[in-house]
Amino acid sequence: MDKTINQKAWFLVLPVFLVVAFSAVLPLMTVVNYSMQDTFGNNQFFWNGVGWFKELLDPSTDLGGRFLASLGRNLFFSLVILAIEVPLGIVVALSMPRQGWTVAACLVTLALPLLIPWNVVGTIWQIFGRPDIGLLGYVLNHIGLDYNYVSNDIDAWVTVIVMDVWHWTSLVALLCYAGLKSIPEAYYQAAQIDGASRWAVFKAIQLPKMNRVLLIAVLLRFMDSFMIYTEPFVVTGGGPGNSTTFVSIELVKIALGQFDLGKAAALSLVYNLIILIVCWIFYTAMTNAGSERKPQKGAA
Amino acid sequence: MARIDLVDLAHSYGGNDAPQESFALKPVTMTWRQGGAYALLGPSGCGKTTLLNVISGIITPSRGEILFDGQDITPLSTQKRNIAQVFQFPVIYDTMTVGQNLAFPLKNRGVPKAEIDKRVAEIGRLLDLEPYLNRKATRLTADAKQKISLGRGLVRSDVAAVLFDEPLTVIDPELKWQLRSKLKALHRELDLTMIYVTHDQTEALTFADTVVVMHDGRVVQSGTPAELFDKPAHTFVGYFIGSPGMNILPAEVKGREARIDGHVIALKRAYDNLPANAKIEIGVRPEFVEVVAPTPGLLTAKIERIDDLGRIRFARAHLGDAKLAARAPAGFTSSDGTAGLKFDPAHIHVYADSLLVEGAA
Repeated sequence: MDKTINQKAWFLVLPVFLVVAFSAVLPLMTVVNYSMQDTFGNNQFFWNGVGWFKELLDPSTDLGGRFLASLGRNLFFSLVILAIEVPLGIVVALSMPRQGWTVAACLVTLALPLLIPWNVVGTIWQIFGRPDIGLLGYVLNHIGLDYNYVSNDIDAWVTVIVMDVWHWTSLVALLCYAGLKSIPEAYYQAAQIDGASRWAVFKAIQLPKMNRVLLIAVLLRFMDSFMIYTEPFVVTGGGPGNSTTFVSIELVKIALGQFDLGKAAALSLVYNLIILIVCWIFYTAMTNAGSERKPQKGAA
Repeated sequence: MARIDLVDLAHSYGGNDAPQESFALKPVTMTWRQGGAYALLGPSGCGKTTLLNVISGIITPSRGEILFDGQDITPLSTQKRNIAQVFQFPVIYDTMTVGQNLAFPLKNRGVPKAEIDKRVAEIGRLLDLEPYLNRKATRLTADAKQKISLGRGLVRSDVAAVLFDEPLTVIDPELKWQLRSKLKALHRELDLTMIYVTHDQTEALTFADTVVVMHDGRVVQSGTPAELFDKPAHTFVGYFIGSPGMNILPAEVKGREARIDGHVIALKRAYDNLPANAKIEIGVRPEFVEVVAPTPGLLTAKIERIDDLGRIRFARAHLGDAKLAARAPAGFTSSDGTAGLKFDPAHIHVYADSLLVEGAA
């Protein structure tokens, strides 16, 4: 069969090329370009090669020290909120009603925190936690706990973590609830017949059937918490000191505060790379979990 | 192992106050013998599964009692009742191996490990699952999965009964036959009471020694396959069992005679005390009606077509508005599309309002 040769077809693809080039490729390349150079303002640039990247990974330099410390804080933060939000979300999903008008009520209530803009969440908790006018801060101090997120590192951490749990546990709960709803009634009936206890039902049926949505929940929550900026910035501004300065906050300080474009560009590239790698790991895990379910021709 | 008695048992999904006509399971009192192989047969939506779920405790009945060996277990939960049930679609515990799946009901009940291993090995052998015992149960075909479900139902040796809810729906026809024979063999070997729900009469008649026919929430007849065939207690049984089903024809019956369109059909038994105002019908299986060349004195029917089933031929005919099937003897042809009908008086039954009326000899 003869193929019609018509090079005009390229014009149909051209708009996509242009859009992608201007929206993604060119900005990214600009960042790559900056990451290899240094500037002292006045639009004067000096070639620095991989110097910034070397500094980034060397904790003895100022840049490397700040980056690695904020990265450590950020990973710790992500792990803590995952360790709280995932089990809590599962418990919430398990205790939600299965039918009746209460289902809708629960879903709406759970969805509410998800609908609040980040900035507003930060402001709510900033005020809520203040010892002078905030309900939480005032009550805690009133009953004798010395709580002040502005001056105490641990108080600041607790506030940021509780805020994130308040804001995002619903997401995990809703995803788990969807997973639970998709389990056919016959599984529960069979488990009853098999004399399974509540715990055995959870371990043998509910948890395995939820593992796909849980993987998605963990991915989403990890990504979001790893890239978190607005909420801690509004509440603590990264302080006291640097104790709640996460990677994105550090990045903004370097890029916009000090206007060190080269350092900031190198940092964002590494930041981006970490996120890509974690995404890829999760994606691979998810596709593998999916392929495991395909039945194989075997016993008959 | 136990005798199961149902006493005035009924269930309504709309609550006990709903009109009785709407009950999914209308009041029934019956006994399931220990060690029996029962089939619960009826069309979709007739209440078979409801009855099964009531026995296993998944549904709490609106009224009545269930006795296991004379002991009322109605208020007990499924876990506390000594019962096993296999569902229509395979239920597999994904994270476990085939062997662990089979062991699950025993493990939950705290059976000693040695005993569990013995039972799992035995059931694995009986169901030909031995090579797969150590494999993950997820990576298997639908029929292997259903075998595991069956195995979980059979693994406990002390159950009062094993209930099967159309367990072979997902299985290929050829395998279905094998598995059914296997179940039958298992029944003999394990001496368990088995109740098998199905809407397929072949399945019911080959599996069970007692078939319980349900219709519209009611148990209409329970008996051996032969009894259901020879003496259907309800027109529905006559129609539902047998292929083609029984011919049900409206008739006037008096003494030893039935009258259709003024033609007299002789009956073997006498029916003198038929209830007044009841809808009277006669029922006769196609096997006991013969089409012959039109003869004066015989009922004449219009032949629609003749189905050749190989071993036997059935004529499909019209008698006024009623449809009718009848045996067509070898060599029978109809020149003008009509035929006379010859009935076998010994096999004609009389029904008043769909219920069988016993005639006097």
